[in-house]
Amino acid sequence: MTLLDASPENSTLETVPVKEEKLLVASQWQLIRWKFVRHRVAVLSLIVLILFYLAAIFAEFVAPYAPGHYDADLTLAPPQAPHFFDNGQFNWRPFVYGVTSEYDINTFKTTYTIDESLKYPIHFFVHGDPYKLWGIFESDRHLYGVEEGTVFLFGADNQGRDVLSRVIHGGRISLSIGLVGIAISSLIGILIGGLSGYYGGVTDVIIQRIIEFLRSIPTLPLWMALSVALPPTWSVVQVYFGIVVILSLVGWTGLARVVRGKFMSLREEDFVMAAQLNGSTEIRTIFKHMLPSFYSHVIASLTLSVPGMILGETALSFLGLGLQAPAVSWGVLLRDAQFIRVLASSPWLLLPGALVVVAILCFNFVGDGLRDAADPYASI
Amino acid sequence: MLPFILRRILFMIPTLAVISVISFAIIEAPPGDYLDAYVDRLTSQMQSVDPSEVEALRARYGLGQSWSVRYWRWFSGVLQGDLGRSMEWNQPVAKLIGARLPWTLAISVTSLLLVYVISIPIGIYSASNQYSPGDYVATLIGFLGLATPNFLLALIFLWLYFLWTGNVAVGLFSDEYIIAPWSVAKLVDLLSHIWLPALIVGTSGTAGLIRVMRANLLDELQKPYVMVARAKGLKEGRVLVKYPLRIAMNPVASTIGWTLPALVNGELLTSMVLGLPTLAPLFVGALLSQDMFLAGSVVFILSALTLIGTLISDIILAWLDPRIREAI
Repeated sequence: MTLLDASPENSTLETVPVKEEKLLVASQWQLIRWKFVRHRVAVLSLIVLILFYLAAIFAEFVAPYAPGHYDADLTLAPPQAPHFFDNGQFNWRPFVYGVTSEYDINTFKTTYTIDESLKYPIHFFVHGDPYKLWGIFESDRHLYGVEEGTVFLFGADNQGRDVLSRVIHGGRISLSIGLVGIAISSLIGILIGGLSGYYGGVTDVIIQRIIEFLRSIPTLPLWMALSVALPPTWSVVQVYFGIVVILSLVGWTGLARVVRGKFMSLREEDFVMAAQLNGSTEIRTIFKHMLPSFYSHVIASLTLSVPGMILGETALSFLGLGLQAPAVSWGVLLRDAQFIRVLASSPWLLLPGALVVVAILCFNFVGDGLRDAADPYASI
Repeated sequence: MLPFILRRILFMIPTLAVISVISFAIIEAPPGDYLDAYVDRLTSQMQSVDPSEVEALRARYGLGQSWSVRYWRWFSGVLQGDLGRSMEWNQPVAKLIGARLPWTLAISVTSLLLVYVISIPIGIYSASNQYSPGDYVATLIGFLGLATPNFLLALIFLWLYFLWTGNVAVGLFSDEYIIAPWSVAKLVDLLSHIWLPALIVGTSGTAGLIRVMRANLLDELQKPYVMVARAKGLKEGRVLVKYPLRIAMNPVASTIGWTLPALVNGELLTSMVLGLPTLAPLFVGALLSQDMFLAGSVVFILSALTLIGTLISDIILAWLDPRIREAI
């Protein structure tokens, strides 16, 4: 029977081999992608993360206000929820009700009431606070906003600043610190793990002892002590990089273990011996032949170590040992929520924490999905 | 068994030495030595400083000498229980730490117990009822527990506690027992308060351990010997307890090693937020006011205790599993 034999039974039979053939000729990355896409939660999480990072990259444009923009009449004002129904009538353009404040002379308390007579329609691409995106592009357009009144979707903090705008700006530090951190710790991890696994012997024993040591001591006290040692004269950018370095000095051990394990098993593989017999140098063997065969494992392991970095920065800043007040990060924002009386009357100050949880959940799901997909030949 | 324990203790000595060097580096990290800071403080309070007295102090603490001499002076003091003097509190560091360490330990140990008491049954249930609604709920709680920072959880609990009771601090005792001498009633009161911080501290550990327990048991349940046990006609509960559970428990016991550092981290943050009288507020205060003898000593004590905890867990593990005794 030849392939040209076009009887009805054969055409149905042929569709199966075509699909299998697609699997056989697909590159490793294609297989990984196919397997990852089947993990629905991971794909959804990846989309959420991409949205988070886009919002952080274009923070000035996405946030309706500058992080320092304040309205002294609206300190700790409650969130203004967007409405679509006006007196039972559906509106395509959402609007927020105005907030009026009343100061009680006797109790020294300001009470806020949602004033349903004031309606501020939300417009898109409105003019607002002027800004310079990435210090290059000057503009005053914002993704959304109101032409008069205020739109504080997440409420206001104790200085009358929009919490949502500050959360979006804070994402720039909190979300990037994870990526910059793993960039540094992946360099250290791959180098040290590679040395340990490639050479084995005494090198391996020493490096393993160091890793065991770093994993057996509690990291937070160490991070806290080291971040205090950063000179107080440093600018925000310098402190930022100082914190990243501190976080990644301890964070590389997980990756180093993965890399070492892979090197140990790959060292015995035929293709490595073939490369060596063909006269390729050690460096070339490591980077050209061995590393590419487990990039996917490295990426999965890196994704799973991002949450630790984000949590570390948030915890340090929350304790007042990380970034300080004029800088905006999620941990700095959560500092506003540490006074329980303030928190009890304005629980929306915890919303930055909700974003931390969502971001970390997403990284965990994406990491799990990648880890399952990292070895596409396991069960296909 | 004894050679194993001795070997482990011997392994611990270099690690302790490294920790002591790191702690001393932390003490020395801020620019200037601590006498400079002391003099600064006195002058800022408009007190006169006698240069000859400063020189005498400098000589006594060996501040003019090399790093290694100063380190050795400090470390030999530590071995004799002298951790230096806190400038901010004007008290010996050992006394300050000694007063608060029991609470840190009490919360951590309670937390460790809670982690195991909660996660093992949930893990067993999840594995033996895979893909049931209960399994999904446990998995979801596990993921949320891993993703929520301790201090955020503590803040949420504190907020709810305030809404319900109107109290701003959780505390470890009811008011009437705070200064009362120890009695059975006081102990009961402590236990009725300590579970909340312990639960918060243990969240991420519990979440992690549920996943480990579930994965281990699922692996074991697929093995042929389980099928044999079922084929013999053993009841499902008996099959579970008799064979796969025992094997799945070993990796769980070995996780104490990574649970302990996480517990110490969680305890620091949770106590800070809940305002508990543990080492945490002392440590953060010391760091913020650059009271480095206190800060460095806390790092040293916490790390050393974690190591000792890991050692105990290793010994328990070796006692449970003869293969480990032979291997190391």
